[in-house]
Amino acid sequence: MDAEAILRAGGLRKSFVSGGRRVAALDGIDLAVRPGRVTGLIGPDGAGKTTFMRLAAGLLTPDGGRIEALGLDATRQSLAVQAALGYMPQRFGLYEDLSVQENLDLYADLQGVATPLRAERYAELMQMTGLAPFTKRLAGRLSGGMKQKLGLACTLLRRPRLLLLDEPTVGVDPVSRRELWAIVDRLVRDEGMSVLLSTAYLDEAERCAEVILLHEGRVLDVGVPAAMSDRVAGRIWAITQPGRHQRALQADLAGQPGVVDALVQGDHVRVVSATPTLPPAVSALAGVESHPLPPRFEDYFVALLHNDGKSPAALPTAINGITAPSVPDAESEVIRVAGLRRRFGDFWAVDGVEFTIRRGEIFGLLGANGAGKTTTFRMLCGLLPPSAGQIQVAGQDLRHAAATARARLGYMSQKFSLYANLSVAQNLRFFASAYGLTGGQRDERIAWAEAEFELSAFGVQPSGDLPLGFKQRLAMACALMHRPDILFLDEPTSGVDPLARREFWARINSLARQGVTVLVTTHFMEEAEYCDRLAIMAAGRILALDRPAALKAQARRPGLPNPSLEDAFIQLIEGATVAKAA
Amino acid sequence: MNPGAGMRLSGLLKKEFLQILRDPSSIAIAFLMPLFLQLLFGFGVSLDADHVPIALVAEAPGPDSADFFASLEGTHYFAPQAMANMPEAEQALRRGDVKGILRLRANFAREIRQSEGAPIQLIVDGVDANTARIVIGYVEGAWGNWVTLRATRRGQDAHSPVTLQPRTWFNSELRSRNFLVPGLIAIIMTLIGALLTAMVMAREWERGTMEALMVTPASMTEVLLGKLGAYFLLGTGGLLLTVGLAVGLFEVPLRGSFWVLWGCASLFLLAALGMGLTISTLVRSQFVAGQIAILATFIPAFLLSGFIFDVDSMPPVVQAITHLVVARYFVAIVQTLFLAGNVWSVILPNALALALMATFFLGVTWRNARKRLD
Repeated sequence: MDAEAILRAGGLRKSFVSGGRRVAALDGIDLAVRPGRVTGLIGPDGAGKTTFMRLAAGLLTPDGGRIEALGLDATRQSLAVQAALGYMPQRFGLYEDLSVQENLDLYADLQGVATPLRAERYAELMQMTGLAPFTKRLAGRLSGGMKQKLGLACTLLRRPRLLLLDEPTVGVDPVSRRELWAIVDRLVRDEGMSVLLSTAYLDEAERCAEVILLHEGRVLDVGVPAAMSDRVAGRIWAITQPGRHQRALQADLAGQPGVVDALVQGDHVRVVSATPTLPPAVSALAGVESHPLPPRFEDYFVALLHNDGKSPAALPTAINGITAPSVPDAESEVIRVAGLRRRFGDFWAVDGVEFTIRRGEIFGLLGANGAGKTTTFRMLCGLLPPSAGQIQVAGQDLRHAAATARARLGYMSQKFSLYANLSVAQNLRFFASAYGLTGGQRDERIAWAEAEFELSAFGVQPSGDLPLGFKQRLAMACALMHRPDILFLDEPTSGVDPLARREFWARINSLARQGVTVLVTTHFMEEAEYCDRLAIMAAGRILALDRPAALKAQARRPGLPNPSLEDAFIQLIEGATVAKAA
Repeated sequence: MNPGAGMRLSGLLKKEFLQILRDPSSIAIAFLMPLFLQLLFGFGVSLDADHVPIALVAEAPGPDSADFFASLEGTHYFAPQAMANMPEAEQALRRGDVKGILRLRANFAREIRQSEGAPIQLIVDGVDANTARIVIGYVEGAWGNWVTLRATRRGQDAHSPVTLQPRTWFNSELRSRNFLVPGLIAIIMTLIGALLTAMVMAREWERGTMEALMVTPASMTEVLLGKLGAYFLLGTGGLLLTVGLAVGLFEVPLRGSFWVLWGCASLFLLAALGMGLTISTLVRSQFVAGQIAILATFIPAFLLSGFIFDVDSMPPVVQAITHLVVARYFVAIVQTLFLAGNVWSVILPNALALALMATFFLGVTWRNARKRLD
C-alpha cells in the first residue's frame, strides 16, 4: 500500500443487526487515501460510505481489519485521531437553537482554539462561507446550503490536516453545491488539506482527484475519475428516431443485447454499448440518428455493474393495469395553474406562477432551496390553499373540489412515507383502504402490487427492514394503489443506486406512456433529465420553462460548448440574482 | 483531565444554558410545571374532609336528636341536610348528593336514657374509601363528644372511665397541604433531573449533534459533566422556587434547617440526574426516553415515595419495592425537615441511601458512556 497515505484501511469489516439479521455494511475494505487532494468516496445509499467515515473518525469499532488515520490507529487511539482530523457528519452537527456565532464559539471551545487566534479565524471562515452577515441568526433559520457551510466552518476552526465530509451535498441545491465545492477546492489548494468526501451523486466524482467506488460494502474500483470514464469512451451515443418519443425509444432499447445502458436524457436516449460499435438493436431501427457523446462517470459505473452481471431489470409494459393512448396528448390539459400566489406573513413564497401540464407528460419543477417549489407542490396537492390564482387538476377547480381532485393523485417522495414497523402486506392494505378500496377491488390491487413489484417474498417483513430498492418499490406500489392518473414525485431517486434509479424511471416512463401525468420536484439533475419540460423557479417565480435540451442550448457560451443541465440551472439563477441586485 | 478541559467544559455549559433559555419546553418543565403542580396541590387537592354533605334522618324528631344534629352543624367537616325519611335519604345517597346518612331511630329518645345507650346508624358511600373512612371517623368523634358533653351537662360522669385526649404533633391543624407541598419538591426535581435530562440527551442523538460532539477532542466525561452541571443548577432553581412558594404562599412551616434541606436535595438531584443520564445511554429517541423516564422515575416518585400514599400502610411486597424508589428517601427527609425539624435519626440514614443511589446511577452512566456510535 501507499507509504504516504493519510488514511488507510486493511481488511476492514463492519456489520450491523437489522431486523434480526446481521447485515454487512463493509465487507473487507482495503484502500489508501493520499494526502493533499480531494478523494471521493462514491456510492449509492447503503453502500457503506457513512460506516466507513465513522470508522475513520473512531466512532465505531470494526468487526475485523484495521483503519489508520494520520498514522494513528483510529480505533484504539480514537481521542488522538479526533483531536487531529475534522469530520462533518451528514446532518452537519449544528445546534439549531444556537446562533451562527454561538455554534462557532462552542466548537472553538471544544476544539481548543486559543482565544487570541479566534477573531482572525472566524473572520476568515465567515468570509470564505459568505456567512458574515448572518452571525446573529439561529442556525435553525439558515437555508440548507448555509447550514452546510456553517457545519463545514465549525469543522475547519482548527485547520485539520484531514477533513472527512459525509455526504455534504445531499439535499442542497445546485448553486450551494457548487459553492461548497469551490470552498473544498480552495482548502486543498491553499492550505494543502487532505479531503475525503462521500457522495451518492455520481456527477460529483468528476470533481475529485481520485475516487473510491463503493458498492454494497465492497470497493469496486479506485482511480482517477477521468481515466475511469475514458474506459467507456467511444461506446456512448445520443440516439434519436424522428417521429418517435424518446421514452418509447428508450423502452425499446433497454435490456437489448449489446445495450449496457439506455437512458432518457432530454430529447434523446443515451445509449452505452458493450462494444465500440452501435448495438444491433440501434442500427436495426429505421431512420435512427446517432451522435457520439463524451463519457461520463455514471456510464462507467453502470458498465462496471453490468460486467458484474447486474443490469436494469426488463419491465412489463402494462404497469398500472391501464391501457390508454400513448404519448403526450397536446389536446388535453390535466393541470392548469394560472396566476398562482401564496403569502406567508408578508413574504410571497409563490408569486405569480403559471403553467399547464398535458396528459402523459413528465413535468419537472426545479429551484434552489426556498424558491417556492414545495409551496407550489403543496398547493397542487390541495394541502395548502393558494392566496390568489387558479389551479385546475383533472378539470376540477382545486378550491372547490380538493378532495375529489386528490382522489386522482398519487404521491411519493424519496423519504418513503411508509409505516416502517408495518409489514409490506400491512402497508399495502393500509394504503388501499386509505384510498377507499374495499373487498375484491382491494384484494385485486394488493395482488397486482405484490406481483408487479415482486414484493410477495417480503410479505411479513417490517418494511423498515427492506433493502432500499424494495422500500422504493413498496412506496411506489402504495402511491399507485388507487390507479391515479396524476403522479406527484418529490425527489424520488436522489441517492438511489443507479440501477434502482433506472428501474424506477422505467416504470415511470411506462406509466407516462399510458397517459399518467407526472409532476416531479427535485434538486437532482439526473431526475430533471427525464422530464419532458422543466420549470425553473427562483424567489417564487418561474425563470424559465422549456424542454431540458432547449434549456441546455440556451446556456451555451463560448467557453462552454456543451453545458450540462446544472450549468444551465446555475446560469439562470445567477442571472436572476444579478437582475434583482441591479 | 486532559489539557483544555476547562475551556471545553465551559463551552459545553454555556451551550446548555443557551439551549435551556431558548427551548420553551425546558422552561416549561423546569418552572411552569412546578408552579402548576404547586398551585394544584396547594389549592386544589386536599385529602381532608371539608363540608362533606351528609343526610340526617330523625325518625321521631325531638329535643335530643335536634341537640345532636346541632352539634354536627357546628363543625366545618360536614354540610348536614335534614331529611324526612330513609327512602328520601337513600335516594340522595344513590344520586351522590350526600356521602353518608346518619339515622336516629324512632326510639332514640327512650334508649338514650337507658344504661345500654342508644345505637345510631351510619351509612356511608364507600366508593371513595378515603372520604368514607374520614366520615366514619368524624361521626364517631362527634357522637363521642356529644355523649360526653350531655353526661357532663347532667352532672354525670361519662360511661367510660378513661378519656382520650388526642394531641396532633407536627401538623396540628392536620392540613394535608403541609405534607403534600414539601413532597412536591421530590416530584419536581425528578422531572428536571430525570425526565428533562433524559430527553435533552436523546435530542442530541436525534438531531445528530452527539456525533459531532464525539469527534471533537471533548471526552465523554466532559460531555456528561456539561449536562450534569447545567441541569444541576436548573434543578436547584426549581428547588428554590418550590421552597419559596411553599413557605411564602402556602405558609407551610420549614422547621428544619434550609441548608440541610439544600444538601439533601442536592444528593437527590444527583441521583435523579444519574437516572436520567442512565436512561439516555440506553435509548436514543426523545419519545422513548421520555416514556421510560416517566414510567421508571416520575410515576414511582408520585405513587411509591410516600408523597401521597403512606408507605407504612402499603402491602409488604409494595413496601419492599419502595426501597428501590429514590424519591422515597428524599420524601421522608423533606417531610421531616419541613414539619418536624432536624431529626437526624431520620435524615442521616435516608441521606446515606440517597448518596449511595446517586453514586450508583452516576457510576452506571459513566461506565456506559463511550465515544462510540455502535
